Amino acid sequence: MATLSLKDVRKTYGKTDVIHGVSIDIADGEFVVIVGPSGCGKSTLLRMVAGLEEITSGTIEIGGRVVNTLEPRARDIAMVFQNYALYPHMSVFDNMAYGLRIAGVRGDDLKARVAKAAEMLDLSTLLDRKPRQLSGGQRQRVAMGRALVRDPAAFLFDEPLSNLDAKLRVSMRLQIKDLQRRVATTSLYVTHDQVEAMTLADRLIVMNKGVAEQIATPMEIYDAPANMFVAGFIGSPAMNFLPATVTGSDLLISDGSRMPRPAGLQDGGVILGVRPEHLTRSRSAGPGTLTVRVLAVETLGADAFVHARLGESGSEDIVFRVPGHDRPAEGTVVSLAVDQDKVHIFDAATQRRISGM
Amino acid sequence: MAEGMVGTSKRSIALGHFLLILGCVIVAFPIWYVTVASTHSIQTILNPPLPMLPGAEAAQNYGEAFSGSITRIGGVSVERLLLNSTVMALGIAVGKIIISMASAFAIVFFRFPLRMACFWLIFITLMLPVEVRIMPTYKVMVDLGLIDTYAGLILPLIASATATLLFRQFFMTIPNELLEAARVDGAGPWRFFKDILLPLSATNIAALFVILFIYGWTQYLWPLLVTNSNSMNTIVIALRKMISFADADTPWNLVMVTSVLAILPPVLVVVLMQRWFVKGLVETEK
Repeated sequence: MATLSLKDVRKTYGKTDVIHGVSIDIADGEFVVIVGPSGCGKSTLLRMVAGLEEITSGTIEIGGRVVNTLEPRARDIAMVFQNYALYPHMSVFDNMAYGLRIAGVRGDDLKARVAKAAEMLDLSTLLDRKPRQLSGGQRQRVAMGRALVRDPAAFLFDEPLSNLDAKLRVSMRLQIKDLQRRVATTSLYVTHDQVEAMTLADRLIVMNKGVAEQIATPMEIYDAPANMFVAGFIGSPAMNFLPATVTGSDLLISDGSRMPRPAGLQDGGVILGVRPEHLTRSRSAGPGTLTVRVLAVETLGADAFVHARLGESGSEDIVFRVPGHDRPAEGTVVSLAVDQDKVHIFDAATQRRISGM
Repeated sequence: MAEGMVGTSKRSIALGHFLLILGCVIVAFPIWYVTVASTHSIQTILNPPLPMLPGAEAAQNYGEAFSGSITRIGGVSVERLLLNSTVMALGIAVGKIIISMASAFAIVFFRFPLRMACFWLIFITLMLPVEVRIMPTYKVMVDLGLIDTYAGLILPLIASATATLLFRQFFMTIPNELLEAARVDGAGPWRFFKDILLPLSATNIAALFVILFIYGWTQYLWPLLVTNSNSMNTIVIALRKMISFADADTPWNLVMVTSVLAILPPVLVVVLMQRWFVKGLVETEK
């Protein structure tokens, strides 16, 4: 167990920067998730921490020790790979024991440690099997066991649940969370799945194009996204963005609707951000409401997401959430009240957050 | 597997079996004929046609072969010839496997200057079989004093571009994450080779061993050149030396016995390793 600290870590391939200086201090036992779209550099960053990828500049410390040039084996980390990377010719026991054997653990001590990890992951009856005789979920657990048994300073997870089906992914997610709580090992976890990120993380790093756009707790990121990228990436369906102008006592939306002017804004163009769950149907039109024409309804059961177009002839698409039994018909025109306490205002030029909440 | 291609009607099954049996007969007939011939006396062999069924002289012919008749003809016992061939074939097979695995390991898993140059150098040696480079190779062997030694028989035939390419292709199918998992687990290059690569290559090695053993066993030109002393002859060379130009001087019954003995070890290798051999050729799952 240890702290993990990145200081202005950069990676350059030739002249292309892939990681633009990421800094974070991860506390002992903390679970940090790196989330972002594919190609944002999140896996590269994780592999740099693991020592599988060289770093161009900056420092990486594990447990207060700079590990920049150390081989993976000298970093005291364990990694869970997306395709599990189990040794196909070894039994489950040998897969889990391999790292320990290399470290010189022998005999009863070895057996006891593997047995303990197998117990925690419910693998005790599978120790003699070969990886090809296991289901996807079981292989995933063996990959976890291989990391767990080493009792490393930090766990590194590289999209470990991506190869599982949706149902298994949910249960494994809970299992990983529970396991991490019990062993209290500092963890860095990469995923492109925002639900996974929100549910697992103590803190999130939202990455885009090699830049850490925001580092904060999941709720901080949900409540106060630092910019339009983060606002659009976290939350499902994504936040609605409406171009607007601050003028007089109003916030004038592109279709002509008016909202109360939020405090502390100068006149000029802004982007209004509203999450689908903060729009509610309203009986009356008027200031503080939007009028939309319903295009399509996605029914999920408890909820339904309504895709609509702003205004009579507007071009802005809007998504809002309604209860599953109270859906508007396609083609109808409805009024939506905007929860004024929960709107986000972004600078139209820099896309950065100005105010809100 | 064959269903879609030939159908499963009785006629097509019968036709398939007929073709297979025909093929087996064509391939097996010469071997049967040699075996039959090795059980007849020299008079029977020299009086055509040769019977198609084994004769009564088997014990006598084989007994003679092992009790010194062959030694009188060529100056070397048949046991010695078999030993020479075995040492050479084993040496070539094992040597080729070691060298080619090592070079494929280096080419696939290490980044070093001129890596691709090395690869292409190995690759173009495919164009230089023993026959092409025989004079310079012979000169080198003479200078090294390796004429009439096992090393001289084995070394020039060990380098193998084909086997290196095979191992390279196989190593490239090994997922990169497996290598990375091993690195995180603390395995250095040697451990990775020994604990992961070698066991995963087992079936490939077995298949290659069979092919290379037979390649080594059937070598003719090089052993002929590099051995002067009869005691270093391989069985294939000795067989040739037993045949005299005057038909009547050739002890055909013993030649046939020697032929059978020369065929036996490769056959044994194939039969004993058949399961592994087939697995190595068809296995795709890793």
